[in-house]
Amino acid sequence: MKITEKLALDAFKNDKETHILLDQKICQTCKERFCIYACPANLYSLNEKGEMVVEFAGCLECGTCMIACIYGSVKWKYPRSEYGVQYRFG
Amino acid sequence: MIIVGGGLAGLSCAYELADSGMTVLVLERGDFSGSKNVTGGRIYLRPILPYLPDIWKEAPLERHVTKEVFTAMGKTNSTTFEFYSDRFNQEPYPSYTILRAKFDRWFADLVTEKGGFVIPQKTVDDLIIEDGKVIGVKSGDEEIGADCVVAADGIFSFLAEKAGLRKPYQPQHFALGFKEVIQLDSKTIEDRFRLGEKEGAAQLFVGSLTKEMMGGGFLYTNKDNLSLGLVIGLHSLNRREPREEVYKLLDQFKERPEIKNLIRGGSVVEYSAHLITEGGIHIMPKLYTDGMLVVGDAAGLGLNMLVTVRGMEYAMVSGVLAARTIKKARERNDFSVSSLAEYEKLLNESFILKEMNTFKNTLPLLENERLFTKYPQVICDLFEKVMWVDENPKEGIYKTKMAELKKEFFNLQTFKDWLQFRKI
Repeated sequence: MKITEKLALDAFKNDKETHILLDQKICQTCKERFCIYACPANLYSLNEKGEMVVEFAGCLECGTCMIACIYGSVKWKYPRSEYGVQYRFG
Repeated sequence: MIIVGGGLAGLSCAYELADSGMTVLVLERGDFSGSKNVTGGRIYLRPILPYLPDIWKEAPLERHVTKEVFTAMGKTNSTTFEFYSDRFNQEPYPSYTILRAKFDRWFADLVTEKGGFVIPQKTVDDLIIEDGKVIGVKSGDEEIGADCVVAADGIFSFLAEKAGLRKPYQPQHFALGFKEVIQLDSKTIEDRFRLGEKEGAAQLFVGSLTKEMMGGGFLYTNKDNLSLGLVIGLHSLNRREPREEVYKLLDQFKERPEIKNLIRGGSVVEYSAHLITEGGIHIMPKLYTDGMLVVGDAAGLGLNMLVTVRGMEYAMVSGVLAARTIKKARERNDFSVSSLAEYEKLLNESFILKEMNTFKNTLPLLENERLFTKYPQVICDLFEKVMWVDENPKEGIYKTKMAELKKEFFNLQTFKDWLQFRKI
């Protein structure tokens, strides 16, 4: 089962604006890319320009990326009221 | 009173306050209580019963756990130890499997019945602080004042951070838990796990499944689904070579015959993730300040005791203790730091801080990667050799195996590991 298929099983209510901000200056100097390997939803990737991007819409709100990124690039907050993942089992 | 976060800690606090007639407002960021919460998981009732004796009769718990299963996994083999006890099968049952979206939602309704207000879809963004005293919270454009704020806002506790109560977090203090909920009918679950009606199993896995990283796997039987997942320490996840996306590990785990046959025919209905504190008492924030108390995950109250993982009991009981503190503070009409210090005293006297002190030395052991690689593999390989029969004459079991065990275990490294283990 693909990770995108798993995420499709979850109930999301997505905001237009992201709750995860990256500091591209920090990301450009990062070699390890902790976020790519640590995100359980596989939301981090490099775009064609070589910049780190995060697809916030499938965020499981675990906050792992914020802790795993020891360089402090990930500014993460809870989605605004009414938005984000809504677990039905938990 | 304002309680930020309608999870177990916040709701327990609200229940206790509402029960004694106080006005209490719970602000929950999800669509309903539990909609942002995840557990493995299983809740131990006995520690909570003296504090919250009356709520359990109708509680939507899943199965009471009668069977404890531990599996050491090698790369191509595994050894399982299974424990059953009549004591686990007598009321009041000591532990239950639980799904938080169901349980917390029900608990929030109970708080409402008692006269508390639980407001969903309300994310708190900031504290209102005046002259060093917390006097309310901000949510969007809205400001809400309170005599006392209870930060029950979960593992990151942005509120404790804003109040200057905690230090920045580090990867070694956290583990990532992620799981699938897999639907299976209850009869199939009971047959596959050899359980009586309503009985449950809790299975923990350690070894090759975490690819030399700190952590393990878990499987809990719910009423008509299974919670199957992994826990991986963030520090070892960051250090691991070769690099591999963590989510793939769960798929690989599910491909193992030991798991594949247990989940056969089941359909995945949800995928979720949450962080778990591993820092124990070492990363606990300061628990109170003028006008604010911190409870549950927000207060760092969670513990990995290796074979049992604790957190929900701490959440609920710390919520009740915070409520007791607030009730006394209300009598004095004094919510200053000296008045709220009572909370720490109550926590210290409770099982929570006693346990967190007893297990304060688990962190170095959890960072010992031999625990997650070498020892499970050695055990499995030993059994495999004992059980393997082929065309060659079989060697005496004791002689060869003792020699092997000596090689693997009677060395300085193992002795050091043993010394470390004795500290727990």
